[in-house]
Amino acid sequence: MAYTSFADLLVAAEEHETLAAAALHLEALETGSAPEDLRARMRTTLDVMRSAVADGRSGRASSRSGLVGGDAARLTAAGPGPAGPFFSDALASALAVAEVNASMGRIVAAPTGGASGVLPGVLLGLAERTGASDDDLVDALFTAAAVGGIIAARASLSGAAGGCQAEIGSAAAMAAAAGVEMLGRQPAVSGHAASLALQGLLGLVCDPVGGLVEVPCVVRNATGTAIALAGIEMARAGIEFPIPFDEVVDAMGSVGRSLPPSLRETAIGGLAGTPTARNLKLEDR
Amino acid sequence: MARQRSVFDIVGPVMVGPSSSHTAGAVRLGLLARAVFGSTPTCARIGLHGSFASTGRGHGTDLALTAGLLGFPPDDLSIRDAEHLAADAGLEISFDVVDLGQVHPNTASFELSGPDARATHLQGSSLGGGDVMITHIDSYDVEVTGELPLLLVAHLDRPGEIAAVTAVLAEEGVNVASMQVSRERRGAGALMLIETDVPVGTAALDRISSASGITGVRVVPAV
Repeated sequence: MAYTSFADLLVAAEEHETLAAAALHLEALETGSAPEDLRARMRTTLDVMRSAVADGRSGRASSRSGLVGGDAARLTAAGPGPAGPFFSDALASALAVAEVNASMGRIVAAPTGGASGVLPGVLLGLAERTGASDDDLVDALFTAAAVGGIIAARASLSGAAGGCQAEIGSAAAMAAAAGVEMLGRQPAVSGHAASLALQGLLGLVCDPVGGLVEVPCVVRNATGTAIALAGIEMARAGIEFPIPFDEVVDAMGSVGRSLPPSLRETAIGGLAGTPTARNLKLEDR
Repeated sequence: MARQRSVFDIVGPVMVGPSSSHTAGAVRLGLLARAVFGSTPTCARIGLHGSFASTGRGHGTDLALTAGLLGFPPDDLSIRDAEHLAADAGLEISFDVVDLGQVHPNTASFELSGPDARATHLQGSSLGGGDVMITHIDSYDVEVTGELPLLLVAHLDRPGEIAAVTAVLAEEGVNVASMQVSRERRGAGALMLIETDVPVGTAALDRISSASGITGVRVVPAV
């Protein structure tokens, strides 16, 4: 089984030196697989993320309904905005993967298909900027998975169960923790980054227009990426979040359980319930 | 039969979008239905219940179920073309909206038939995150998740059948992870579902198939 608390993961990271090594160790123990085989498999996962970013940014991906597609290419063509090239690049990568997902392309669910753009959005650009190697990125994905496993154990990763906070919120927390580790910070700093990201998305509802993983899901991958980056920036500067990550996750689970069904992937409330959403004529193929 | 959370379930699976439940899970349901049937059917009538019926088309659930019946894995880009590929493969497929009662919102029923008039009925649900469960095979209540290799053994409901099968597995060195037994009624047909850590080899299969009281054996690989 995965780690069920960040506190446990921190203890293991002390023994194994990094969060990634602690995650890899447990996976190898549980599955009986050799660590190098697990790393090779994660390397394949990384390759799929990269391909999805490239496909999406080329602008080829458009959804079955025709509601989304082309925004990643639009952002790429516009060039760096006021927050700098790294930021617009990260958003474009996140949109790219989410558009590929909406168009029935191949992606890595991280932790879900609907939130698949956040990890590539945050981590691929960060690696480029810091000169991190593919090995470092593989480490980052193990760390992200360990954090996601904690959320799965304590709360939920499903929009139908816990709202969008469980999907985009979880992805942002996973990415923030992994990003901080990639910057060479101590394991505890990753916990603060994850908390700082997830607190910013607490309560976010799952309100897909027409029930499709398109509006607002695609752009929420970009805004989720922005919040993960905010968590990384604050944590690496030494800002600490006073509520431990495990308790932030418990709060997210509790908020999710109190959300009415209309705001949990039923396409009834929130943006899905707006007059414009209801009047949309969705193309069928 | 709880699923162990692997890091590759959290950062992963690699899949064709857009939805782990409505697309990837639907492919896995189709794959399991195909494996239980034993080959590519020539005719499939699929019932879509609940959210599968209301939002399935936009998620490609119809294409995903079709692709699974054709044997494509959840990360195969051919899923987009499943409708045409089904026609090429001689699979006639139709979809209906159905109400299956108090079941999971993402549920499908399958009526599969082949050229030899052999027919199988199945029902299964996509539980979220790509996890699935086949809940009915013909008249039997089952729990099939596709997480581990599965051996399906149809047999007569009489003393000694279960012991005979597990004895063969023991002698062939196959470890049983879980086991369910379901029967139509006392003394009639029954079904054993045996999850194993490694796929059951042909030697063990031959021995089980030829045992007295065994009416059918099917291997369902992990999907």
